[in-house]
Order: sequence, then C-alpha cells, then structure tokens
Amino acid sequence: MTTATPTVGTGVQPAAPLTRAARVRKRLNSRTATIVSIVLALLWTIPTFGLFVSSFRPENQIKTTGWWTFFRDPQFTFQNYQDVLFSSGSSGQLASYFINSLAITIPSVLFPIAFASLAAYALAWINFRGRDWLYIGIFALQIVPLQMALVPLLRFFSTGVTIAGVQVLPAWDLVDEQKFAQVWFAHTCFALPFAVYLLHNFISQLPGDLMEAARVDGATHPKIFRTIVLPLITPALAAIGIFQFLWVWNDLLVALIFAGGGDETAPLTVRLAELAGTRGNEWQRLTAGAFVSIVVPLIVFLSLQRYFVRGLLAGSVKG
Amino acid sequence: MEFDFAAEQPKFLMLMYGLIAFVAVVGGLLLLLDVVPTWFARRREAQLVAVAAGGGPAPRRRKPREGAFAFFFLLPTLLLLTVGLVIPAVRTTLLSFMDSGSTEWVGLDNYAWMFAEDSIVRVLLNTLVWVLLVPLLASAFGLIYAVLVDKARFESAAKSLIFLPMAISFVGAAIIWKFVYAYRGDGQEQIGLLNQIVVSLGGEPKQWLLDSPLNTLLLIVIMIWIQAGFAMVVLSAAIKAIPADIIEAARLDGTTAWQMFWRITMPSIRPALIVVVVTISIATLKVFDIVRTATNGNYDTSVIANEMYNQAFRYGENGQGSALAVFLFVLVLPLVIYQIRNLRKQREG
Repeated sequence: MTTATPTVGTGVQPAAPLTRAARVRKRLNSRTATIVSIVLALLWTIPTFGLFVSSFRPENQIKTTGWWTFFRDPQFTFQNYQDVLFSSGSSGQLASYFINSLAITIPSVLFPIAFASLAAYALAWINFRGRDWLYIGIFALQIVPLQMALVPLLRFFSTGVTIAGVQVLPAWDLVDEQKFAQVWFAHTCFALPFAVYLLHNFISQLPGDLMEAARVDGATHPKIFRTIVLPLITPALAAIGIFQFLWVWNDLLVALIFAGGGDETAPLTVRLAELAGTRGNEWQRLTAGAFVSIVVPLIVFLSLQRYFVRGLLAGSVKG
Repeated sequence: MEFDFAAEQPKFLMLMYGLIAFVAVVGGLLLLLDVVPTWFARRREAQLVAVAAGGGPAPRRRKPREGAFAFFFLLPTLLLLTVGLVIPAVRTTLLSFMDSGSTEWVGLDNYAWMFAEDSIVRVLLNTLVWVLLVPLLASAFGLIYAVLVDKARFESAAKSLIFLPMAISFVGAAIIWKFVYAYRGDGQEQIGLLNQIVVSLGGEPKQWLLDSPLNTLLLIVIMIWIQAGFAMVVLSAAIKAIPADIIEAARLDGTTAWQMFWRITMPSIRPALIVVVVTISIATLKVFDIVRTATNGNYDTSVIANEMYNQAFRYGENGQGSALAVFLFVLVLPLVIYQIRNLRKQREG
C-alpha cells in the first residue's frame, strides 16, 4: 500500500559529474549540515535526557544539585522507580495507574478501528443512495472539537436520556472499574471521524478490478471485506492503530472527565498531572513517574515509526 | 513490596469484558452479514430447483440488496457518532444560551460574560498568542531542519530525535520542561537547566513559570518542541518528493542554495506547508494538557480549553463552559474549512 503516500526516498542524484569546486562545496555543505543537524537534534533531546538521568539519582541529589552533576559524581539508584511504582498511599502507586492506562487504551484502540474500517468499506465500495453526502458528513465531524461534546456526554452517562419527561435510556450508573466503559465509549466516538477518513483514503484506492472479480465469483460484501480488503489495508490499520494508541495513552482531558481521579480507573496521565500539581517539590517521584508513562508509547513509536510516518503523510499531505 | 496484585483483578476482568464485547459485536456483525444472505441464497436456489422440477414460471429475480449491507456496515459508526458527537454538540450549543444549572434561558449572557470578564479576556488573548506563535515557529523550525537534514548524514537518526517528542504525552512533556524551568533560591545550587545557564552567565535565577507574560511564552516553547517534529517529517517528505530533474536543471543553471530554496523548494512544498501550519494551528487552539500540568492555568497562563474545563467541570458553570466550547468551535471552523478545501484541490490536481 504505497498508493496514498507521496514517493518518499527517491534520492536526489545528480546525473552529470560535478566540477571539482562544486563537489568540494557540496561536501562542505553537507558536512556543516550534518554537524548543525546533529547538534540541533541533541539539543532537542537534552530536556528528556535530563529527566531520564535524574530519575536514577537519589532523592536528596535530585533536590539539591542539577542532573548534569551526575557525570562528575555518579550516584545511581532504582529507589525512585521502586517508590513510585509499588509503594502504596499518596506517594505514587503508579503500577495501579499503569494497569488502568492499559485497560483504557486497548479497547479504545480496537473498537474505533473495527467500526471505522467497516464504515470506510461501505462508503468506498457499496453503492447506495446518499453515499457521498454521508461521507462528507462524517468527514465534516472532524471539525467538532471534543470540548463541544463533554458536558452533554457526561450527563448522558450519569442521568440517561429523558425526552419530554419520559426516561428513554437509563443512566449507566457505573462504579469503580466499570467506568472504563465510559472512557472506551467516549474515545471511540471521538476517534471515528478521523479514522473513517483515513481508512477511506486507503480503501477507496484499492484496485476496483479486484472487487469486481470477487463480485463476479459470487462473493458477498462481508466476504470481500474479510478476505480481500482487510489483508490489503493492514499497513493502514497499523498506522491508525498507532495514532489512536498514542492519542489515548497520552490523553488527559477525556480521562479526567470520564474516568474520575481514583486509582480504580484513572490513567497514568491523570495521576502525573496530579503529582505535578500538588507535589511540585517531589521531583524524585515525578522524574521516575514521567518515565514510566513515557516508556510504553516510546517503544510502540520507535518500533512502528515507519507505519506512523506513513499514516501521518497519508492523513495530512495527500488527503 | 506493598503492591497488591489481587486488588487489580477487577480491572483485568473489566478489560476482558471489553474484549469479549468487542469480539461479540464485530464478529457477530460480520457473521450475521455472512450467514443471512447465504441463507437467502440457499432458499432461492431451492426455490429455483423446485420451480425447474415443477416446470412453472421462474420467480422474478430480485435486485441485490446493496443498501441493507451498507446500513449494517455503517450502523455502529453512525450510532456512535450520533450519540457521542452530533447530539452532544447540538446540546452544548443550546446549553451555552442557558444558565449554570441549565434551567433558564439567558440569551447571550454567557458570551457577553466572556468578553466582559477581565480574566477571560486574558484567556482569549493568551490563546491568540499561542495560535500565532506555535504554528509559525514550529513550522519554521521544521522547515529549516528538513532542508538541513536533507543534505546531512545520519539523516534518519537525527530525524528520529527531533520527532521523538511526538510520542511523549503533553503531560510528560510539561513535566520534562517544568524540570528545565525549576527554580532554587538565590545562593542555592540550581537544579533547573535554564536557571543554571542564567546563573553561569552571571544572571539572577528566576521563577520562570510565575512571571506573566514570560510564562506563557515558556509554555509555548513546550508546544513548539512537540510540534516541530511533526512539521519536519511532513515537510521532509515533501522535499524528497521534488522531482530530481528539476533540481538537476536548476543546479546546471548555477543557482545558489538560497535561490534554490526560494525558487524551487518553497513553491514545490507550499501545499504541504499550508497543511502543516493549519494542522498545528488546530492542535494549538485545543491545547489543554500542557497548561493544566505546568501551571494549572494560574499566573495568567490559562487558555480557552483549560478555562472551559474549569468552568464546566470544576465550578459547575455549565453555561459559561459551553459558551467557551462553542467559541473554540467557531475559531476552529474556518481553519478546518480551509484545510478541507485545500485537500480537495490537491486531490483534483
């Protein structure tokens, strides 16, 4: 599936031999460019690196000296991670929140991708009246900032739906870990417009002959979807999956509103924001805590960067 | 170790329920769509056989039910979008014309309040500064870096480092930078990098996040730090997509690097650049996590999204919160319309 991405990596190769002077200048150019770009990249990484180094330093060291003194006087400890992950009470207990983050993220990634790929297939390959208008409608929903939906959606969960005094739908009345369902629901709704749009881009560019041939052979739409379309759009599914994963794992607003702040449901981001607010002086916990929250998206991101970039380009540049 | 794993069990159970629900809904839907038409086809076949055996007239062939398939494929998406996005958005718009308890209509009072209250005007101004500076600076840096790295060695490694902050949550980024801005009293050893630099240059350490308007600018730095990677990746791909023969022709004509950039690179990547600027603008308008984590909106740093959260969910002012949400929507609207029109044009072209 390279159809939706601009051709990346067609290196610029000068065909004609360069003059000696030009060659020298080009080499000079690329050497300064190399140095400057590496220096900038390192500068860009210093803030993260500083926090990373700090997270392994003892508490009194973090609080009294800068992280750069570590290289003069290395003192190494895992105590911060121990404290922040496993100790109970107000000090951290991030392991519990880590599990919450997982429990929130996994279904919140699966549901929208499945629903969106079904919808995108129908919008691209099933003929029905009003198809284009429906697609434009879903596409246009991307403009609604999720802030527009928060207050009514929370009421929908907590009091149900009442039309003209008649209770149409009951309140969800969820307690403790059941509140995960609210968060899944909210994340799924908010993700759908973009997911449908991105997957539609991919699915609509599949070769029509393939579908035609399958139809002639008597395959129904569900069969075509399962056996032909799904295998072909795996890269797109991976791209949108990474997007959604990063978005949900890193989200603060939706979790804050729909999951509450307790250790039964709140994800890492909510807990960290809380630690940063009330314990601005407990740097040893914040440093380790921040890294616990960063490590999972970082692994996902680094291992699947190719798909992510591809999805990014397909989503933004080409449309 | 005091961590009690058994206490976490209900969560895993809930997660399992979620996954079971997922399999049931999606699998069930596909199965339903697979089995039902097959069943109908079988029945038709049987009918045909019976008809052929009896020698009667063949039953009329019905048109395939495309619409029914489309309906079921789209059902979950349409249902969720209606319940979770369309109806709430309409209700929020209505709520913005009602009082804090959503019982009385108050007309445009909430909007008037927005522009009358000094603290809210400040919030709007802050948002304006954000949306002016972040897209501009992030895109500029991304562009310069993309051009630079195009000629450099270790390209992909350098790009990865710049792009890395994209994977870090806004909350994580805010904590990382809070650490950079950390302050220790005069005479003590500084633990924040910025103050250390200031001190070693002979300056006085400052409480960076407390002084307005400098604190807003320092928060903006965080957002630029995150978004520049996005700009760089998209623009770098656009630069690499410029046909080699154009560049070659220009080079043979003896264009300087400066001319090359303005006459060839810039016109070629203009569409990508616009997309980047608009996308970052939209993200910036909605910024919430950074402000909330770094300063909680105190010291005159609040922005619309943060204020909306405070009004609606902390102070219980549903009307005012909704009005802010609607205002945010109105601000985003022209940007997105512009974006869509652009994408359309690109597609046709």
